[in-house]
Amino acid sequence: MANTMQFDLVSPERRLASLQVSSVQIPGADGDMTAMADHSPTITTLRPGILKVEGPEGTQEYVVSGGFAQINADSLSVLAERAVPRGEMTREHMDEMVAEVRKAHEAAKAEEHPNAVDEAAKLLADMVAMGDHIGLPVDSRVPAP
Amino acid sequence: MPSLKDLKLRIDSVKSTRKITKAMQMVAAAKLRRAQEAAENARPYAERFNSVMAGLAASVGDSDTAPRLLRGTGSDDVHLLVVMTAERGLCGGFNANIAKLARNKADELIGKGKTVKILTVGKKGRDALKRDYGQYFVGHVDLSEVKRVGYADAQGIAKDVMARFDGGEFDVATIFYSKFQNVVTQIPTAQQIIPATYEDAGEDEGSSVALYDYEPSEEAILADLLPKGVATAIFSALLENGASEQGARMSAMDNATRNAGEMIEKLTIQYNRSRQAVITNELIEIISGAEAL
Repeated sequence: MANTMQFDLVSPERRLASLQVSSVQIPGADGDMTAMADHSPTITTLRPGILKVEGPEGTQEYVVSGGFAQINADSLSVLAERAVPRGEMTREHMDEMVAEVRKAHEAAKAEEHPNAVDEAAKLLADMVAMGDHIGLPVDSRVPAP
Repeated sequence: MPSLKDLKLRIDSVKSTRKITKAMQMVAAAKLRRAQEAAENARPYAERFNSVMAGLAASVGDSDTAPRLLRGTGSDDVHLLVVMTAERGLCGGFNANIAKLARNKADELIGKGKTVKILTVGKKGRDALKRDYGQYFVGHVDLSEVKRVGYADAQGIAKDVMARFDGGEFDVATIFYSKFQNVVTQIPTAQQIIPATYEDAGEDEGSSVALYDYEPSEEAILADLLPKGVATAIFSALLENGASEQGARMSAMDNATRNAGEMIEKLTIQYNRSRQAVITNELIEIISGAEAL
């Protein structure tokens, strides 16, 4: 089958998925992209978002909190910092992730490192957007940049 | 010659010791299975990560723009030794072997006139090194409250190490842990994590890696991933350590159980012999008493 590719989703603690898929939508750091078979080899970092996998058994979605993806012509590996199937995503997970980012943001602000503050703020905004998208809206007190 | 009662007490006490060591062995066996599973689950991530990093590191190379985490600070005067051991004892030579390796390395570095700093993870390593190297300690990570080592724990340690690195506290960091080979063999290992060294593990990987497009840019990705590499290395070390600890404990407790069994056998023989001696003695007394009449 020429139009499928091997897809692996791994987090440091376990392997979440390994199957043949037709396409995967990746929340890349510079914008979403969809990878299909024969994509040019690419390595991209991820922002917090939804990973949408079109497999033989329909669409599966995973919530990822960052990491990176390695795309080859016939395979795609996503190495996520933390990845949870969307169905298993709970309020606690969300809150935990947001709290982590928020803490990083505060820390960056305390150090007055402009780049780091911007990055952390963007991460936080991404996280909030993702929360809205999956129906777990975050108490969005996004601190003013 | 101990009395019959003393022997009886002795046998009972060894028996209860054997029960305890047997129970510990079985608990360790169960924990070992879980620890091994965790280590195996983490392997795909570490492998892929390292292969990507190997490609990136090779293409950025030794250029001056390479991040400090990869290139180093340019000197190697101050070494940080991260000694990872268990929180508990009774696991054979596990903790002692790691401590010994760290000790040798520390002595070697001090002999060369380098400055040594030691960060301990796990109580046992701290206790073992405190006496001779107490003045070099810069910190300690306590994992005694942690039931199951997670990636977050590794991130915490990595963050601590990174903060020290950014603060210019050291030039080279090495982690000490025990690699799990099988239940009876654990290999104490030293691994340098800063500056990071990535070896291309992969067959034909080397040639294909160079062709990747990078998004956002090679440097940005590298800067993003290097700190994760530190966390990943520490995480795999923690997991290997966890499996090694349980394996070492299992075989140590197996030995202890066997020794207790042998001891019980010996004591039982001694007990029976003295019991017979007492009976014989009593009979002789009775017979000689009857004859005297």
